[in-house]
Amino acid sequence: MAKSSRKKGRPEPAAQPATPKPAVSAAPKPPVSAVEMGARQREISVSEFFTKNRHLLGFDNPRKALLTCVKEAVDNALDACEEAGILPDVVVKLEVAANGGPPPPASQASRFRITVTDNGPGIVRQQIPPIFAKLLYGSKFHRLRMSRGQQGIGISAAGMYGQLTTGKPVQIISRTGARSPAHFFEVQIDTKKNEPLILEKKQIEWEAPRGTQVTIEVEGRYQKGRASVDEYLEQTIIANPHVKLTYLTPEGETKVLPRTYDQVPESPREIKPHPYGIELGMLLKMLQDTKSHWLSGFLAGDFSRVSPHLAEEICKTAGLSPRARPRDVLGQTAENLYKTIQSTKIMAPPTNCLSPIGEQAILSGLYQQIKGEFYTAVSRPPAVYRGNPFVIEAGLAYGRGPEQAQEDQQKQAVPLAEGEEADGNEHELARVIRYANRVPLLYQQSACAIFKAVLDTTWRNYGVTQSRGALPAGPMVIFVHMASVWVPFTSESKEAIAEYDEIHKEITLALRECGRRLGAFLRRRERAYSEQSRRDIFALYIEEVVESCNRLKGGRLPVAKLKEQLHKMALKRTGGEKTDQVLGKNGSGPEGLPHSIIVTPDGVEGEVPKIIAEPSTTVAANGNGHPAADDKGAEAAKGAESAKAAPRAEAKARGHGKARREHAGRVAQGRKTDRRPRSAHPTARSKARARRGKG
Amino acid sequence: MAAKARKITTVEKKLIGVADIVIDAAQRRRDPTFAIPVRSLSNVTFDEKKGLIELGRRKQARSFFNVGMAKKFMQTVLVADALCELQRANLTTSLREIYYRSKHTIKNSHENTLDTQDESDPLIEDLEVTLAALREELHVRAENAGSVVGPLVLVDDGDTVDCARLGKGGYSVPSIVEPEYLDIRRCTADFVLLVEKGTQWNRLSEDKFWRTHNCVLLTGNGQPPRGVRRLARRLHDEKKLPVYVLVDNDPWGYYIYSVIKQGSINLAFESERMAIPKAKFMGLSSADPEAYELPRNVGIKLNDKDVARAKELLGYTWFQKKDWQTEIKRMLSSGLKYELDALANKDFQYLTKKYLPHKLKEKDWLD
Ligand SMILES: Nc1ncnc2c1ncn2[C@@H]1O[C@H](COP(=O)(O)OP(=O)(O)O)[C@@H](O)[C@H]1O
Ligand SMILES: [Mg+2]
Repeated sequence: MAKSSRKKGRPEPAAQPATPKPAVSAAPKPPVSAVEMGARQREISVSEFFTKNRHLLGFDNPRKALLTCVKEAVDNALDACEEAGILPDVVVKLEVAANGGPPPPASQASRFRITVTDNGPGIVRQQIPPIFAKLLYGSKFHRLRMSRGQQGIGISAAGMYGQLTTGKPVQIISRTGARSPAHFFEVQIDTKKNEPLILEKKQIEWEAPRGTQVTIEVEGRYQKGRASVDEYLEQTIIANPHVKLTYLTPEGETKVLPRTYDQVPESPREIKPHPYGIELGMLLKMLQDTKSHWLSGFLAGDFSRVSPHLAEEICKTAGLSPRARPRDVLGQTAENLYKTIQSTKIMAPPTNCLSPIGEQAILSGLYQQIKGEFYTAVSRPPAVYRGNPFVIEAGLAYGRGPEQAQEDQQKQAVPLAEGEEADGNEHELARVIRYANRVPLLYQQSACAIFKAVLDTTWRNYGVTQSRGALPAGPMVIFVHMASVWVPFTSESKEAIAEYDEIHKEITLALRECGRRLGAFLRRRERAYSEQSRRDIFALYIEEVVESCNRLKGGRLPVAKLKEQLHKMALKRTGGEKTDQVLGKNGSGPEGLPHSIIVTPDGVEGEVPKIIAEPSTTVAANGNGHPAADDKGAEAAKGAESAKAAPRAEAKARGHGKARREHAGRVAQGRKTDRRPRSAHPTARSKARARRGKG
Repeated sequence: MAAKARKITTVEKKLIGVADIVIDAAQRRRDPTFAIPVRSLSNVTFDEKKGLIELGRRKQARSFFNVGMAKKFMQTVLVADALCELQRANLTTSLREIYYRSKHTIKNSHENTLDTQDESDPLIEDLEVTLAALREELHVRAENAGSVVGPLVLVDDGDTVDCARLGKGGYSVPSIVEPEYLDIRRCTADFVLLVEKGTQWNRLSEDKFWRTHNCVLLTGNGQPPRGVRRLARRLHDEKKLPVYVLVDNDPWGYYIYSVIKQGSINLAFESERMAIPKAKFMGLSSADPEAYELPRNVGIKLNDKDVARAKELLGYTWFQKKDWQTEIKRMLSSGLKYELDALANKDFQYLTKKYLPHKLKEKDWLD
């Protein structure tokens, strides 16, 4: 089904990096119009533009609007920190804004004050007004580089929305370093001119040595569950375990999502567009904007993988002079050039411009946020679609956590009465969490290439049930991330990834690898469980048999000796020590399962992530955090010290099981204090395991 | 100790042997295993010379360290334990009581040792064959479901019972009639007539048929219980009395006769002591309706099960005699079966006054 709808060849992507101008729509248009329309647009007021495009910008309804505002601010904070090489420490605060009178409860409120604080590089004073009060002003529009901002419509749009719905200005505090003063701004957009209006600006005392804080008051609705602010933040942390996030909910709770990975993602390099990746409109715009004077110079200089020699050749094939002025290449001529470029053989673009999350970091994020028994992560090597390099990463969290698993086993020990049925969880379906450039995609799941690839994967091969055309069943979270300088979205609201053969293939390959590891884990555990239950059966019956034998022998039997002999045989006949090992009872790791974590009631095996200790300055910076939590985090990190150098090597080494368990225990302790990990499926009930065989 | 003074019976020794199997195997680190003779048609042979169904040599292993058998193994030991207790206390009991005696919840679990009597009954049969001990020797009795009248004097627990002086109700045959329990003091009869149904036995008893024809009348109310079969066998062996069997003319009747004559498949190992290879089939034969002019309308149409069963009987080795093939085929081709009760269609006393005397006089029976 999905195959036929998947795009082949070179369809028009929905949006272009350089064309988020108001007039640009997804519909195909004649070549010249983009330029012409670009010129015309200046006359349209920004409020008109905003109102018309609300749905594309993520402000279709109050609930989504609240999310979009939080998202814009958080994405910016993370982008800024990472670009500056700072481990992000972000505080998100949602408050119910009283519109006169006492504030209503969060679920009833219609107005919220959003405050997002980061420890990033800060913003220089002069830049603050345009960034927050001028639409379509930003540093990420005109470059081909992997960043969150690409998906955003800009923080100023969030400010605009606030202004339109509440009339309140945007407040900003920013400081670029401990030696510089902190600046406070209150800005609004002049909706006629699309220019910032500064309502207030002053130097203030600020406790943070560096960073930015933005406060926007908006009309919104706070409702938990799918596509909520809460879900967005949780999912953000999964794909960004290097972030420490403190979330002050509108209900007055403080949630600290600790950092579990201590490396700032490598800053992705900026690349020039690859000729295969552009559309005609983009080419036209580039022809106008270029600084080159000659066409051949333009081709060689503004694109990647086009050598001067190749540029000359393209010009020749297109019947154009290499010396032509780029600005003069218009209309049919430009279209010829475009077609020529597309049919010329050009080397694939470089892939070092991508910064994937990495298996270790994904594992950390999943382990931290999702209760489960098995985790795994796969990063695919870079691939290319339509001239755009991309990387697919996938991860899995399976199970309901060891506590729940143990509970289930106990429940199952009670024999069912006639007519009673074991709880089935066959109807419980996996949850898919999707990311583009580390940003969670919360809407339009079924239109997304990721979702389709999950459906197209035969999960039954890996021991997971799956009905036809449905998600796999079971307590499972499936994580898929696409990192690319240009993520192809299905529409301008940027909520679902478009299907390209190459993308589908890469996602499928990553999911299959995850599935294979899950299958190996499930098979091994199943085998061990069945050995265990066999052993249990024998243990149970040994008592009876020995007692009866003793009575038959007139009570003169050395009972203990016979029992011991039989128990020994039972152990030997049920996989011996191996069963214990597989069940994680004696501390052996998840051998043969790379980039995986296995959690058992007795401990954690594999590449166990650690809670990263906070330097004291950052703790002060976020002030309202839980010091206790930070202490725990530090302690856990200390406990993890020994494993720090090569956690995997250590996990694999035998004879260190005890130390490792202790370490895991501390990590777990830290986890418990810091947060309440949500189960992959809180409503999940025990999967009915086969009743113990009788006779 | 009183126990010490008591002589250990052979059966008790055999039962203790069950525990020894477990202990020895554990000692040698072997999987404790019982070898239980297979009790099915495929493991019985018909010894034509002796006229007996005999158990073959095939055995099935029941091992403890096998998930599929562990529970049954445990139950077998438990039942052996209960049976041994009976031996030591010198008590007899029923299958049902053995079941209750062995049933309890397994320690540290919610599992029962036995869930229904259907689980323990076959285990007792298993032990019977494995240990080559008769059920009577194991002190397990069936319900008393048989009756006897006739010129026969028995001694039961010191009481002398004259079966000629018990009115028309007769003596209720106990399920254990081994010489230790029941002594045949005197018998002056000329033959034994074993009747399938209580109704006909009552008729014959009421009509004092045993006196007019000097015979012992036995019934087991359907498939004769072990006590009745064993008593008939003892009269046959000890008093040299011929045994005649009177059953309905249907496949079930043939089957009852065959069990009396050569033993059952299930308990083939007991044939030696239970079967009466010289027993004769008196009736009702499929030839009788014509010979005795029973109207067609007192017959009953054979149902599918009857037909299948009859065809099965045709295949048994012990029904290969030409007369028997004719007998069964005749029933099949008529498509009808007849109950003994149908003889009442002619006269209430037709059985006593006409049918049996005629049969005896003509020696009209099948072997
Ligand atoms: N919290 C922040 N810290 C530092 N710089 C910021 C922050 N927020 C925004 N910026 C700067 O402002 C620019 C505009 O942001 P925005 O309007 O959200 O567009 P985009 O994120 O798509 O570039 C960013 O590119 C960045 O350079
Ligand atoms: Mg942004």
